[in-house]
Amino acid sequence: MKLTITHFAIIIGLSGLVITKGYAQTVSPGKKVYDNNCLTCHQADGSGVPGMNPPLSNVSWVTGDKQKLIQIVLNGLTTPLEIDDEVYHNPMPAHKHLTDREVADVLTYIRSSFGNKASAVTVEEVKKVRGIKK
Amino acid sequence: MKLFNTILSKTVLCSVLLYGGMIHRPIQAQSLNPDADNGGLKLASGFGAIVVAEQTGKARHIAVDKTGRVFIKLKKLQKGKGIVVLQDKNGDGKADEIKSYENYIGTGMAIYQQYLYASSDSSVYRYPLEDGENAIDEKKREVVIVKLPYRPEHETKSITIDASGKLYVNIGAPSNACQVQDRTKGSPGQDPCPLLDSFAGVWQFDAQKLNQRFSDGTRFSTGLRNCVALEWDSHTNQVYALPHGRDQLNTLYPQYFTDEQNAELPSEEFVQLTKDGDYGWPYCYYDHIQGKRIQAPEYGGDGKKTGTRCEAIGAPLMAFPGHWAPNDLLFYHGNQFPERYKNGAFIAFHGSWNRAPLKQAGYFVAFVPMKDGKPSGNWEVFAEGFAGGPEIKSPKDAKHRPMGLAEGPDGSLYISDSVQGTVWRIIYIK
Repeated sequence: MKLTITHFAIIIGLSGLVITKGYAQTVSPGKKVYDNNCLTCHQADGSGVPGMNPPLSNVSWVTGDKQKLIQIVLNGLTTPLEIDDEVYHNPMPAHKHLTDREVADVLTYIRSSFGNKASAVTVEEVKKVRGIKK
Repeated sequence: MKLFNTILSKTVLCSVLLYGGMIHRPIQAQSLNPDADNGGLKLASGFGAIVVAEQTGKARHIAVDKTGRVFIKLKKLQKGKGIVVLQDKNGDGKADEIKSYENYIGTGMAIYQQYLYASSDSSVYRYPLEDGENAIDEKKREVVIVKLPYRPEHETKSITIDASGKLYVNIGAPSNACQVQDRTKGSPGQDPCPLLDSFAGVWQFDAQKLNQRFSDGTRFSTGLRNCVALEWDSHTNQVYALPHGRDQLNTLYPQYFTDEQNAELPSEEFVQLTKDGDYGWPYCYYDHIQGKRIQAPEYGGDGKKTGTRCEAIGAPLMAFPGHWAPNDLLFYHGNQFPERYKNGAFIAFHGSWNRAPLKQAGYFVAFVPMKDGKPSGNWEVFAEGFAGGPEIKSPKDAKHRPMGLAEGPDGSLYISDSVQGTVWRIIYIK
């Protein structure tokens, strides 16, 4: 089941199609990872916390360069971010404890949720970034 | 953080007599009418609210001088300026002149002996209060303290000044629980926590001495994660604070804490600061449900263990449910409000974010009746409705968030809003 949904998401992502609402409504493995690791700071709707934790909705950090995004999840980010004229001060912790699959799932989830329509992230892409020395 | 001069705060009459010759006179609440909708707020019985100004910027702490001028510190520059001054010239309670000054952001705002004190995230400045068209003159800025420890998390510097001129500065911990890697699952807590040397406490300086460095200050109290709400009380001559409790018990330690427990814990604490007092961060936190100080999970705790280190730290004066973010404290000394409010504490709860996935809470101003420096009854909601909806799921949904508190010369209570910069003036209308 887990594999099927992930593959489904990857196929849709790669083919450049919008992920359907039906998909988002099932509890995807990415949402589970999100709820357990990301939700408190970034909020259920990805809106973040003003001044502290950046939003995930329609920001290039999330929908843009996948390698950069994977790096942030794995290694964290300690410099404040300015997005749309608001500065976010809290650090992003490193999430090295997540498996490659969990990182791929959660990034696929956030890139296709909260109004985002970006392509999926694959396990291979995460594996590659994890292998790069900081 | 606010109050105009304490000596003059005793009676409005006194300040009117002394400063009657000045251009600006305090406006008496008796002649004021609250806004029809109380500015969108729901208030305790007998009170009304006037919107003094809107859209002033992302307001932090505020101060009101003896002529009734309201000084607002901004956390983001608005049209390039970081201090906003509101003046009500026609006496209807609403600002009809709004002027802005200075080019730095910050949080702290206080008035002491005819000086306005304002903090950036690393310095404290002061300005002589002027009687003319401009309340302050940027060219007369004096540096009180420079180069305070600064790191991006919990970076704001709340200030309060006692009658003898001691200036207390909050230097928050740039950390959640002093883990080797902040907020990172599996990263151990550092023991001893190296941050305690220069963060996570309240430091004491001299309000009248210029160009002080961090090394000129002395640590007054420690083990305080971040005291955005920090206030000297003229009635008891004591300093009080409400340190923000740590975050993310459930995400960092899901084996010990459910989402529901994380939403309520740890307590937001109301404490009286004592010289060299230790309030436990990062090793301990307070749990109001168990009524105990508990060992933090980064330091061997499991949500139940207390341990001798934590047992040695007393209970707070009062404990509130978790994450409400107390961002200002004011002891009421005015004569306008009914007797039961005299010397009591108003607390602005900015509102939570890390109760998620449960709905958020806080977003109101509480009142705590006080006697001899201790709560004499339960806390109560004094002003609510800031967020603009019955339920807040994400802090970004909040229309307003209560942030700063100040008492005016006539005993009105002023409340600032960090979202849109609305300032309300609360009056007693009987």
